[in-house]
Amino acid sequence: MPNKDLNVEFTTRRKPNKIDRLNIWGYIFLLPFTIVFIVFQLIPLVNTIYNSFFENYMAGLKQVGPNFVGLGNFKELMTGGDLTKYFGNTMIMWILGFIPQIVLSLLLSSWFTNPSLRLKFQRFFKTVIYLPNLIMASAFAMLFFTMFDITGPVNSLLVKMHLIDQPFSFFTSVGATRGLVAFMNCLMWFGNTTILLMAGMLGIPVDIFEAADVDGATPTQVFWKITLPLLRPILVYVMVTSLIGGLQMFDVPQILTNGKGDPMRTSMTLIMYLNKHLYSKNYGLAGALSVLLLIITAILSFVVFKITGEEELNRKTR
Amino acid sequence: MKSMKKTLAMVAAVAMAGSVFAACGSNTGSSSITTAATTEAAATEAASTEAAADTEAAADTEAAAETEAAAETEAAAETASDEGKVLNIQVWNEEFKSRVTDHYPGYEEVDATHGKIGDVDVVWTITPSTDNAYQNNLDTLLPGNADAAADSKVDIFLVEADYALKYVDADVNVAMKLSDLGITDADLSDQYQYTKDVVTDANGDLRGASWQACSAGLIYNREIAKAVIGSDDPADVQAAVADWDTYNETAAKMADAGYYMTAGYADTYRVYSNNVSAPWVQDGKVVIDPNIKAWVDATKVQVDAGQTSASADLWGDEWAKGFYSGQGTKDVFCYFGPAWFFNFCMHSDDDASIAANGGWGFTVGPQGHFWGGTWICAANGTDNPSLVKDIILAMTTDKDVLKDIATKDSDCVNSKSVLADLASSEDGNIALLGGQNPYAVLAEGAEKVDMSKLSIYDQGCNEEFQAAMKNYFSGAGSYEDALAQFNSAIVEKYPELTTD
Repeated sequence: MPNKDLNVEFTTRRKPNKIDRLNIWGYIFLLPFTIVFIVFQLIPLVNTIYNSFFENYMAGLKQVGPNFVGLGNFKELMTGGDLTKYFGNTMIMWILGFIPQIVLSLLLSSWFTNPSLRLKFQRFFKTVIYLPNLIMASAFAMLFFTMFDITGPVNSLLVKMHLIDQPFSFFTSVGATRGLVAFMNCLMWFGNTTILLMAGMLGIPVDIFEAADVDGATPTQVFWKITLPLLRPILVYVMVTSLIGGLQMFDVPQILTNGKGDPMRTSMTLIMYLNKHLYSKNYGLAGALSVLLLIITAILSFVVFKITGEEELNRKTR
Repeated sequence: MKSMKKTLAMVAAVAMAGSVFAACGSNTGSSSITTAATTEAAATEAASTEAAADTEAAADTEAAAETEAAAETEAAAETASDEGKVLNIQVWNEEFKSRVTDHYPGYEEVDATHGKIGDVDVVWTITPSTDNAYQNNLDTLLPGNADAAADSKVDIFLVEADYALKYVDADVNVAMKLSDLGITDADLSDQYQYTKDVVTDANGDLRGASWQACSAGLIYNREIAKAVIGSDDPADVQAAVADWDTYNETAAKMADAGYYMTAGYADTYRVYSNNVSAPWVQDGKVVIDPNIKAWVDATKVQVDAGQTSASADLWGDEWAKGFYSGQGTKDVFCYFGPAWFFNFCMHSDDDASIAANGGWGFTVGPQGHFWGGTWICAANGTDNPSLVKDIILAMTTDKDVLKDIATKDSDCVNSKSVLADLASSEDGNIALLGGQNPYAVLAEGAEKVDMSKLSIYDQGCNEEFQAAMKNYFSGAGSYEDALAQFNSAIVEKYPELTTD
């Protein structure tokens, strides 16, 4: 046996076989991704972490730092108390948008994939529900800002229909502003989620549904007992990506509130807060905030994964 | 083991997803700023096309004057022959560009952002001030300007009073001393002292000049004045707004009659903030002046009594509805503003506006104040010093040019003799003020403006304070909450400052 192995090694070294010669192409094809990843993601990531340990900003046109401050930036962020507030805002607005979004998407995708409904114009509706996602978020936010302005069309419509006596100032009300942000996010992303869930549902073997049909299961039972459990991997994926997207929520509330997060910074998200530090090019604090965000995202994703995916993991490993 | 592997893979995936956004956070920020900038630039461009139409009409009548100017151009071109071929000008709106187009002898417009003076190409770079974009742009360009390629060197940049000190700082040295350009004190002797104070550095060197004197007053709606006060004569209106007590009484009358006293909560801000007893920042600490607090208290009362709107931001749609009758929630009695406000903000080019029908009047108001103004600075490192010198001299000291600016654009110019001249002549009568001549009032105000309370943090402090207090006025939080929001916003913007 050892003799034979040695022999093989010897021959390959002298004359590479076809597979070995082709292997090099594998690495060449990997190269573009690796380079892009290193230049645009790995280096900035390491740089951000490195920057977070320094005091480094512009005071007017004068550079302050970089001075090494250890964990000083993190301490400043943690003790300020603002961080938890903006984290809370972000999560509230994400949940407000995500719950209707997932309900709507589940409903739509189960209708679209249900063969017994024989829905007509499916392709048209699928396109239509995806359309809001194609509009640039900032344009969408600008549109809503104009529409819901105190002198905007929504107010004049409501007043003319005698639903309200006085124009309602949407952007000075906490609930209305957060609600609008959540509504816009929901509107923009439910189409995308529907498509993802449909892909998941179409992946469930049809014979299971047929068997359930033969056994006399009601559509509700089919949904809760078959579709939903088998959809779990996709649901976890949707949850995690949406959570990460939600934590990075920026463009919609930024444009809608003119970067201020009004009223009283109750619609200011973590990334908007990060953006505030870029006014003075405060790479230290902004870096520390980014690192904290990375940690928060990792923890939350892990929690979501644990809660929704544990059973499945256990089942498979068993 | 298998679950271990999966967990590891998961962690790796999350780390990667995290890295995506660690890099993206700042990215998204800058890209959205650019978007906002582009949108606004587009808007300004649209506005400028209208303005251009006006300009053309005026240009025709002034054709004779231009032939005269042509001779001068040649002279200018000669002096500039050994200098740069491109004159780069950094601005935040169309104002200076239209002033140069209309009044600088020999300037030919090529398109919206390009022009020609002799054989020098003039390139205008317009970066809106929103979100500090204009200053960020200057901050990247100016420090390395001397080493930039000849054609991309910034030659002229403009600054506002709120942040002028940042750029005329002697240590920073991004704006040239006017004395190095060859401009003497004698050249500027006719200018108001405050316009020089704004751009004087700690060593007493002058590093900029302005064509405007921006003392401001109260601009009132004549119709409403007749209806509520009983007269639209400036003296009678002045009596009704002579100090803050009578102003507040009049505001109550306006609300009873169904009008807003001012369009928005921030309208009176400048009047208070110009009359403070100390600068915003003292020894690295932000201090709320008693007069600023007085603004908060007075405005809260007015908002609660329905005398002004808590949601109308300065320059916003709701705020601007007061320039027309019957368009906003309520019609607006008065705005506070200097002379540039007349022509630049009040929609006088729209036939439906009150301004186009001469429906405004002008008086001093409860307290004297100033607002804004634009200073021309020569960028250190410019390769067109003689042309820059000529532009600064022509635009800020040439009396004919200044008089033209005043009569054509209703601007209050930075020349004591031209203002005195206008105050006593029919040339100073302004159509949108119903033919009233405001120059005596403006000139008197300009003498009194006191710039000693200026700090380099004024723009950030003024903006953030108004934004934070808006929440208090609208009832979203208490004064203490709003103050806390202001404090955290200031520390974000200026990490070197402390607050209470």
